[in-house]
Amino acid sequence: MTRLTDRIFGLVTILVAFMYIMNATQIQASFLSDPVGSKTFPIIVALVAVICGGVMILRPDEEPDWPEGMTLLSIGISVALLIAYSYALKPMGFMIPTAIVAGAISYQISPRPRFAAIAGIGLSVGLFILFKFILGLGLTGLPKGMGF
Amino acid sequence: MDILSNLALGVEIALSPWTLFLAVIGCFLGTIIGALPGLGPSNGVAIMIPLTFTMGLDATAALVLLTSIYYGAMYGGRISSILLNIPGDEPALMTTLDGYPMAKQGRAGDALVISGVSSFVGALLATIGLAFLAPMLSRIAYQFGPAEYFALYLLAFSTLGGISSNNQAKAALASCFGLMIAMIGLDPNSGMPRLTGGNLHLMDGVDFLVAIVGLFAVSEVFFFIESHGKSGALGIKLDKVTVPWRDIWNTRWTMLRSSILGFVAGVLPGAGASLGSFMTYMMEKSIAGEKGGFGTGAVKGVAAPEAGNNAAAGGALVPMLTLGVPGSGTTAVLLAVLMTLNITPGPTLFTDRPDVVWGLIASLLIANFVLLAMNVPMVKVFVKVLQVPPAVLMPGVTMISFVGIYSLTGSYFDLLLVVAFGVMGYVLRKLDIPTVPVIMGILLGNAMEKSLRDAMVLSDGEWTYLFGSAISTGLIIAAVLGFIAPIFLRRYLTKPQRVSD
Repeated sequence: MTRLTDRIFGLVTILVAFMYIMNATQIQASFLSDPVGSKTFPIIVALVAVICGGVMILRPDEEPDWPEGMTLLSIGISVALLIAYSYALKPMGFMIPTAIVAGAISYQISPRPRFAAIAGIGLSVGLFILFKFILGLGLTGLPKGMGF
Repeated sequence: MDILSNLALGVEIALSPWTLFLAVIGCFLGTIIGALPGLGPSNGVAIMIPLTFTMGLDATAALVLLTSIYYGAMYGGRISSILLNIPGDEPALMTTLDGYPMAKQGRAGDALVISGVSSFVGALLATIGLAFLAPMLSRIAYQFGPAEYFALYLLAFSTLGGISSNNQAKAALASCFGLMIAMIGLDPNSGMPRLTGGNLHLMDGVDFLVAIVGLFAVSEVFFFIESHGKSGALGIKLDKVTVPWRDIWNTRWTMLRSSILGFVAGVLPGAGASLGSFMTYMMEKSIAGEKGGFGTGAVKGVAAPEAGNNAAAGGALVPMLTLGVPGSGTTAVLLAVLMTLNITPGPTLFTDRPDVVWGLIASLLIANFVLLAMNVPMVKVFVKVLQVPPAVLMPGVTMISFVGIYSLTGSYFDLLLVVAFGVMGYVLRKLDIPTVPVIMGILLGNAMEKSLRDAMVLSDGEWTYLFGSAISTGLIIAAVLGFIAPIFLRRYLTKPQRVSD
């Protein structure tokens, strides 16, 4: 079996679409009913997705160049960092998480530790000044009780 | 003349110091955004939207700022296309085909000036066309009932992939993903939650701004990590920039033809700007024939797609303003702006909010002249922008995106969704599945479903009602043809691929 990516993606699409349809059939009907109802349109769209997934399995395109080893790992690390950033932004304030994550992403793009550290801190301070004092967004800079 | 008095109203709004200031700032920022490799009109405008709203601008001001950024990014996009061979977005691809070879031959300055002038011609003619066509179309749009709207949405989705996509099934799948995501949340008719999986955060549905920022901006970061920012090396030296008057005069008909064709392509819902630059390039290539030297640095090969691209950008505003159906990825982003501002595009927009529409049109006219001034004499300033290393730019873009969304919604869950859409965008683009239809699906999904349900309420569940009027039948036929035709045409019309070094 060659051209595996498209076939796997097509299969995943079909599975997701079926789960979606299962979910749609559970939608509670409301007393305000109309001839089409809440279920029909989502089910039609998901069925079209199933057909498209089928076409992808039967007529797959060339295999894309997936990144290997270290590159895949650095993308994975970046995703994990961004997830952590999402959770950290509120309790930790803007500056500390931004400096860490911006520096880390900079390092993943071009692995120069000193440059990345300066880029991270520079972006953190620069963007904070831009957001807080020039654009006037209501950001907290540091964790509660540490100024700003 | 109705149109003149309307324009006078628009000019009055556009020439107020504050609006003018915003237009100039927008043009400047837009050109920078367009020029930066990795940022194009759609993701550039996308990350600006949340920031603009948190600044608390009113509707006209926000719209003027963001459309100037949009027009500016269309101009600026050519700088990275010509000098780096990196198109900022899909339509800019055609400019690289002759622009980059020209730059390699030492005519980078000429290519930049010619493309700047043709952008100006295309955008100016399209803005004039918009001022005439939009009010007329808005009168026709009054005849649109729910069945016609449903057919129109169908047309938009079926032509979205079009010639610019390599695989119709993948383009259709992308639309389906968008529509499926749009259905999550409260059912607009009954008010009952659906497809949320019991997650309270999903009750309000998925905000399209979250999807836009994730799919367009964050996914780009992953591509830069993969390439380690190598693609951003500036190998072309730009010396003195002079105006090649002779070349400009020789391409006058090319610019004019391409502007008209580009505008028409832009007006078609769904098809949009990519089609405009593609068609104009192919047209000029076949007019010039073998001797034209297209693909090896032909002047007309730079002028045609830039005029077509910018004319299409203006043309795409016509269906967006009159019908609420965007014609391209970037107008989809602008539609998102309007919807967030609580302005419903459609025929009534022209009667209810003439200040918004005509203020916008007049600002675009003024922005064009500002952009010509910025992009021809001052082009070297923007070329400097290309030297920003990706290792600073991309983390910066990510942080601006996150803060923009966070300051708009204040929810960590939306930030998680941004990351999820970023990963999704990366995978989809790897698989050559277009991301614009996903955005369009999320934006238009609820309106499309509502038009279908309203049509069925009117007809009491009779499905043939969808073919009840000539307009809706015509649109549905066009949708079917528009979906099937590219499958057969692709054998004869191969999309030119990027020039490699």
